[in-house]
Amino acid sequence: MALDDRKSEFTFVGTRPDRPDGLDKVTGRAKFGADMSAPGMLHGAILRSPHAHARIVKIDTSKAEEHKDVKAIVTRADFADVPFKPGLEGEFWNVLENVMAGDKALYDGHAVAAVAATSALAARDALKLIEVEYDVLPHVTDVDKAMAADAPVIREGAADYSVPQGMHPNVVRYHESGHGDVEAGFAEADLVIEDSFVTEATHQGYIEPHACLGALGSDGKGELWCCTQGHWIVQKTCAALLGIETSQLRVTASEIGGGFGGKTTVFIEPVALALSRKANRPVKIVMSRSEVFRATGPTASASMDVKIGMKKDGTITAAQGIFRLQGGAFPGAPGDMTAMCAFAPYDLTNVRQVGYDVMSNRPKQAAYRAPGAPMGAFAVESVLDELCNQLDLDPVDVRLKNAAQEGTKASYGPRYERIGLVETLEAAKAHPHYSAPLEPGQGRGISCGFWFNHGGETSVSLALSEDGSAQVMVGTPDIGGSRASMALMAAEVLGIPYENIRVTIADTASLGYNDVSHGSRVTYASGLATIKAAKHAVEKLCERAAAKWGIPVDAVKWQDGCAVPSGPNAGDFDPMPLADITADMGRTGGPISGHFEATPEGAGVSFGTHIVDAEVDPETGKTSITRYTVIQDAGKAIHPTYVEGQFQGGAAQGIGWALNEEYIYGDDGRLQNSIFLDYRIPVASDLPMIDTVIVEVPNPGHPFGVRGVGETGIVPPLAAIANAVSNAAGVRMKQLPMSPPRILAALKANG
Amino acid sequence: MEFHSPTSFAEASALAAKATGITRFLAGGTDVLVQLRSDLVTPDTLIDIKKIDGVGKITCNADGSWTLGVAVTGAEMSEHPELGRDWPGLVEAMDLIGSTQVQGRATLAGNLCNGSPAADSVPAMVAAGVTMTVTGEDGTREVAVEDIPTGPGKTSLAKGEVVSAVNIPARGDNGGDAYLRFIPRTEMDIAVVGVGVNLRLDGDTITEARVSLGAVAPTVLLVDACAEAIIGSTLDDAALDALAAAASAACNPIDDKRGTITFRTEVAGVLAKRAAKIAYARAKGEDL
Amino acid sequence: MSKLHVSTTVNGDAVEYLCDPRETLLDCLRDKLNLTGAKEGCGTGDCGACSVTVDGRLVCSCLMLGAEAEGKQIETVEGIADGDVLHPLQKKMIEYAALQCGICTPGILVAAKSLLEKNPNPTEEETRYWLAGNLCRCTGYDKIIRAVMDTAAELREAS
Repeated sequence: MALDDRKSEFTFVGTRPDRPDGLDKVTGRAKFGADMSAPGMLHGAILRSPHAHARIVKIDTSKAEEHKDVKAIVTRADFADVPFKPGLEGEFWNVLENVMAGDKALYDGHAVAAVAATSALAARDALKLIEVEYDVLPHVTDVDKAMAADAPVIREGAADYSVPQGMHPNVVRYHESGHGDVEAGFAEADLVIEDSFVTEATHQGYIEPHACLGALGSDGKGELWCCTQGHWIVQKTCAALLGIETSQLRVTASEIGGGFGGKTTVFIEPVALALSRKANRPVKIVMSRSEVFRATGPTASASMDVKIGMKKDGTITAAQGIFRLQGGAFPGAPGDMTAMCAFAPYDLTNVRQVGYDVMSNRPKQAAYRAPGAPMGAFAVESVLDELCNQLDLDPVDVRLKNAAQEGTKASYGPRYERIGLVETLEAAKAHPHYSAPLEPGQGRGISCGFWFNHGGETSVSLALSEDGSAQVMVGTPDIGGSRASMALMAAEVLGIPYENIRVTIADTASLGYNDVSHGSRVTYASGLATIKAAKHAVEKLCERAAAKWGIPVDAVKWQDGCAVPSGPNAGDFDPMPLADITADMGRTGGPISGHFEATPEGAGVSFGTHIVDAEVDPETGKTSITRYTVIQDAGKAIHPTYVEGQFQGGAAQGIGWALNEEYIYGDDGRLQNSIFLDYRIPVASDLPMIDTVIVEVPNPGHPFGVRGVGETGIVPPLAAIANAVSNAAGVRMKQLPMSPPRILAALKANG
Repeated sequence: MEFHSPTSFAEASALAAKATGITRFLAGGTDVLVQLRSDLVTPDTLIDIKKIDGVGKITCNADGSWTLGVAVTGAEMSEHPELGRDWPGLVEAMDLIGSTQVQGRATLAGNLCNGSPAADSVPAMVAAGVTMTVTGEDGTREVAVEDIPTGPGKTSLAKGEVVSAVNIPARGDNGGDAYLRFIPRTEMDIAVVGVGVNLRLDGDTITEARVSLGAVAPTVLLVDACAEAIIGSTLDDAALDALAAAASAACNPIDDKRGTITFRTEVAGVLAKRAAKIAYARAKGEDL
Repeated sequence: MSKLHVSTTVNGDAVEYLCDPRETLLDCLRDKLNLTGAKEGCGTGDCGACSVTVDGRLVCSCLMLGAEAEGKQIETVEGIADGDVLHPLQKKMIEYAALQCGICTPGILVAAKSLLEKNPNPTEEETRYWLAGNLCRCTGYDKIIRAVMDTAAELREAS
C-alpha cells in the first residue's frame, strides 16, 4: 500500500480531547448488551451440563413444554447441519458444537438445551423441568495429562495435517519453527539453564456478561443486537449455524462492556435466534457471571520447557522452547503464537520453538489480549532473569545486548522493519524507577514483551454534511475510546475540529465487512481506513473547488481545512473552507463522501518493557505490588491518555494473572470458582498507580506511524512480576498464579 | 417463595414455626440473595425482620455492655463513635466482610447464621464473649455465639427460632481485642484463616484471654490452649511461640480452592501472634 | 406465586411496580422502571456495577430484593447529573479518561459520590479501599482514583 501521505507534524493527533461517548457513559444512558428490550420480548435461558465429559443419552423436554410461560425449547436439532472438518478448518462446526452440544457434553457448563419464556425467572424455572440422561465418561482437564497415552480422547479426527504421527488424538495442531543450530549454540555457552514452567487458564474477566436480543422470522430475515468485538463475524457465524443467508441477518453491536478477546466469537447469539425462530417473538439472553466463567472462552493453560545458553558477557548463544497449551474441548489453543512470540524480542543466531495445541474437557478457549504470548514470555524471561542472576549481569543490559532491531531476523522468520524495542529498554534504564532503592523484603523484576499486531479486513465510510461537519462510520466496536481516535485522525486529514466529527459504529447493513476489534488493530486498521476515507473525500472537495475556480484539479491542494490554489495558480483565489464547498454540494455534483475498503498489511509489531517492584511477606507468602512502570512503543499515540489506559489495563490484568487468577477444577472436572468472589481479579486496593512511558518509533506501515497498543501490555507482566517475586523471596517461582500458598511452600522448601 | 415482613419477633417466630419447606430470615440479605440468585437455596418462605421495631438500634447499657439490633449493618457499627472504642477488633472484623456496598447491608446475626466457618465477624464475637438472644415459640433464650454454628451452613437454632438481639459484654478495664484474617487480595475475599484475640491485663501480665480461629475447621473454634499459652505472660516471644503452636495444633482444615491444609495451619499461628500483639497493645491503651 | 406491589422513590420520582418476591431491586430498576444505568456484572455483590444508594446508604442493588424497596429513597446513576449539568465527578471521569468500556462507570460514580459525601478529603488508600467493591477490568484503576481525588480537591476548593 502506497504511503505517500505519511505525516509527522500534527494538529489534532496527539491531543487529549474528551471522548465523544463520554456523556452517555457517565449518565447511564449508554446502551450495553443487556440494556435493550423489544415489544413482545421473551427471555431465554440455557441448560448446561454438570459433567466434564458425558454422552447425552436422552433429553426429555416434555415437562418444560407444559410450563404455561414457556414459548420455545431448542436443542441441537434446531440448528443447521454444519459439516465437521478436522482442526480449525471446521471452525463453524466447532462453534456450533460449543454453542449447543451434540452427542456429548464436553465440559462442565456445556450448553445442552435452551428455553424461551415470558420472564427471566420463568425461563430459569423451566430449565429445572428438562430432564437429561447422561452417560458420564472419563475426563481430563490438565494439559500434560491430556497428552499422556492413557488420556480419554475428547474427539477422534480433530487433529489437522500438522500433527506428527504417533501423538495422542488430543494433540490437534503442532508448530515448529526457528533457525540456526541450537545444539551448537548451547555448546558455545558459558551457562545453560533449562527449566519448566506452568501457567493456569485465566479469564478475560470483562465486567459485562454476554447479552443479546435476537429476532428471526420464518422468512429467514433477522435482527440481532449484542455485545461483541465484531458484529460481522457474529453475522456470518449465526447465519451459518442457523442455515440462513448472511445478508438477511442484520447485526448491531451494542456498547461493549469489555472484551479483551473474549467477545470475538458467539455463545448465546445463535441460541437466541433459534429460540426466536421457534417462538416467533424476539428473545433476549443474558448470561450470569457463573455462565461466563464456565462456558465462555478463557485463555489456554500452559506447560512449558525453556532452555537458554548465555556467554559470560550476556550474549545469548541459543534458545529453545517447547510450549504445550490446552484450549478446551476444541482446536484453537494458541501454541503456535506462544512459540512464535516467545523469543521474538531477541536477535538470536540459534533458536528453535515448538508449540502444541491440546484438547481437554474445558470450555473452548478464546482469545485473551495477545493470545499465547504472555505465557511464553513468562517462561523465557524467567530463564533470562536467572541467567542474569547467576552470571551477575544487569538484566536491562543483557536484554539491550541481545535486542532485536531493524533488519534482525525474527525468531519466527521474517526480518523486522523499524521497531522500538531498544528504545523501550533505554527508557527503562533511564527511568528513575529502575535505579530507585528497594526496601527490605522487596524485589525488582523486568521483562520485555512482543506482540505481532494485526491488520484485517476493514471498511470505513465518511460522509460530509452541508454544514461542514462529518460523520464517520466504522465497523470495529469501540472497546476503549476508539471513536475519539478515529475522530482525531479524520480531523487531521479534513482540517476541521474534532468536535465537528461524529463517529458511529455502523451495523452490518450499513457498511462493508469488518474484522473483529482484536489484534490491536482498531487504531491501526480502522484508523488507516478513516484516514484513507477522509483523503478520498478531500479529493472530491478539491475537485469541487477546482471546478468553482475553473482551474485544473491538480492545481488545488488541501490545507488546514481549506481548498487552496497551488502551483501556477497559487494566490489566485482565497482559500475555500470545507463548509463553503459542502454548503452547495447538492448543486455542484451531489453528496461528498469518502470510502476505504481493504485489508491493510502494515501493522507494525510492538514491543514493551515493564519494571515492577514486589514485596513478599515471608510468613504468609502474600505479595504486594509496590511500584509498576510500563514502557511501550506506540508508534504514534493518537490519543495519548487512552494509550496510557491500554498500558495500565494490560499491566493490571497481568498482575491478576501472575498473582491470584486461575481456573480451579475439582477432581470431578467441575469448575470450582465461577464467581468473582473466588476468581480473584485485582481490586482497586490491590494496585499501585501504574506509571507509563509512551515510546514513539513510527510504524512505517501506517500514514501517521500508528502501532497497535492494546495487547503488548499484557505480555511482560507475568514474567516481570515473577522475576520481582523470585528476587524478593530468594526462590525461583515457576508456576502461576504465584498465590500465597505456593509462595509459602516455595519459601519453606528453600529453607 | 412467600415473602413476609412481620413487625415483631414473636410474629416472625410463629411464621417460621408453621412454614413448610425451606425458611430463611432476611436481615442484610448478602448471603441469602446470593444463594437465591444462584439457585443454591431457594427458600419457600422468606421472612424479612427489618420491619420489627428496634432492629436497627445500637444501645450502650448502663453496665457498659452493648445491645445491637439484628439489622444493624457493618457500616453502622463502623460509624458508631463509641462501639469501636470498646471493641475495635469486633468492629474491624465486621468491617472486613465484603465491600463498602456489602457493609451497607450485612449484619452480625446474618454472618453468624449463614453458618460459614470462614465468617469474619464470628471469631471476633467468640473472642469477645458475645451472646445472641434467640426468640422461639416458647419465649427467648440467650446463647453463646460459639454454640450456634454446628457445621458448614448449619446452626443449633430450632425450627421457629430467630436471633432477636446481639449482646456484647462490657469492655471493662485494661482489655483489648483484635481480629486478623488472611486473604490473597486486600479486599473482597473470604478468609483463608481468621484469628480473633481478646485479652485483659493486670499491669503487663495477661490475666484473661479468649482466642478464636476461623476457616480452619468445620466451625469457628474457641481454643482454650491458645488462651492458656498467653495467660500469665507478658506476651514475650516464648508466649507468642506457644500461642502460634497452639493455634496451629488446633487447626483441622481442608484443602480447597482458597487454601491448603499446610498453609492454613501455618498461617493460623502467624496471625495468632500478630493479632495477640495488637490486642495486647490496645489493652495497654495504645490506639491501633 | 403472587406478585408484590411496591411503592418507592427513585431519583426523586414516586414509582410503583409489581414484582416477584425473588426479583432483586436491580431487576426491578432495569426491567420494570427501564432504568438500565445500573448493571449486573455478577449478581453476587462482588463487582459493584449495580451500586445505588438506599436512604443515602451505598448498596449493591443485586443484593436487595425489589420488595425491600417499599417506602425507600433510591438514587441511581441516572440521578447524579442535575438536569443537563454534569456532577463534577462525571466531568472528571471523562476528562481523566477514567473509563474505557464504561460498564463499571455507573457503579463507580454512585460509589465515589457516596465516598465524597462522607469524606470530602479521602487519601489515595481510603479511596482505593472504598472502591474495592467496584471492579474495573479495563483501566487498572489508576485514572479512576486520580479522577475521584481530583474531584474531591476541586469540591473542597469550591466550598
